[in-house]
Amino acid sequence: MPTEWSVRAITRAMLPVLLVLALVELGSGLVLGALEDRLLRSPSLLVLVPVTIGTAGNLGSILAARLSTAFHLGTLSFDPGDDTLAGNAVATVALAVTLFPVIGLGAWSLAALVGRTTLAPGTVLVVALSAGVALAVLAVAVTLVTTYAAYRLSLDPDDMVIPVVTNVCDVLGVVVLFAAVVVFT
Amino acid sequence: MGIRETAEEAYREALPALAVSAVGGLFAGVVLGGMRAELRAVEGLLVLVPALLATRGSVFGSFGARIATGLHQGVVEPRIDFGDERLRAAATAALANGVLVSLVAAVLTVAALTLLGDRVAPLPVMLGVALIASVLSGVVLTAVVLLVVFAGYRRGYDPDTFVGPVVTTTGDVAGVFFLLVAARTVLTLLGALGGGP
Repeated sequence: MPTEWSVRAITRAMLPVLLVLALVELGSGLVLGALEDRLLRSPSLLVLVPVTIGTAGNLGSILAARLSTAFHLGTLSFDPGDDTLAGNAVATVALAVTLFPVIGLGAWSLAALVGRTTLAPGTVLVVALSAGVALAVLAVAVTLVTTYAAYRLSLDPDDMVIPVVTNVCDVLGVVVLFAAVVVFT
Repeated sequence: MGIRETAEEAYREALPALAVSAVGGLFAGVVLGGMRAELRAVEGLLVLVPALLATRGSVFGSFGARIATGLHQGVVEPRIDFGDERLRAAATAALANGVLVSLVAAVLTVAALTLLGDRVAPLPVMLGVALIASVLSGVVLTAVVLLVVFAGYRRGYDPDTFVGPVVTTTGDVAGVFFLLVAARTVLTLLGALGGGP
């Protein structure tokens, strides 16, 4: 049953979720804040922040949407050898391996174009790629655990998995970027 | 289908939307990289960034999905008509929820940083930035979502397939751009009043 088209009904359906979400995102904000000095010194790393968070959330939500659909169609089984499960997991990691080097070089080039960069392009590429691959693996793990939990609790994965996965991946995006920055710069 | 075919299909289907959204994210990043002075001047603003961007994405993703569903059900006409009660209610709710949650996020950010003993800009400054940024980006995103969804629908595309990437891409860019505008506005006002944050 879709929500009625009134301001009150829409607000009642959305506001609680939005407030919980804002609280979760505050967590990733605090991680960013802890990294603030280093981010402000290196413009290319600051350029990486929104795109890393966004791509991590997108990878998680696409995987979650595909697994939810397979689950509804009855074609998903929770077995590491399952074609749908393993195929989508492999695709998620492959997408990260394709996208993140381009994102890293793109961030460095754009930062160089509009100002002065303090890091070598190779460093930014390594930070982006290692963060991206770690994020893809984490996104697969979080999505599998959440989808399995929804299945065991007899919940509709469409309602639960996508918001949980998107937001957890947002937060993990910042945490992993933090780790990569600390390790490689 | 075997693992390989499944993986190839999933890869092919996801790559274009992810690439478009990544380009949007990079441009949002360039704006963020260009506002280092404002991030230094308004302490704690960086902490607020993920919450503001995520709120924008959720509110307008949901608004777009609702309009798409309304078009499919035939309860919404594919043209911008502010006399249409449903359209007006959906747009008002999106705008109001976006502004309200942004203000709450500003309060939470100041509270959390104060509790942690970190330096943070005064509450009115953070509220002012959150208010200006959420109103401006909300108005622009409402217009973009309606224009793109209606234009796509009239040309025979299913809005369900493109509304998500459109919102994440424009949402990130508009979100960071209007955050910069809001921070500059508040800093200018403070300068005019003779005080600093």
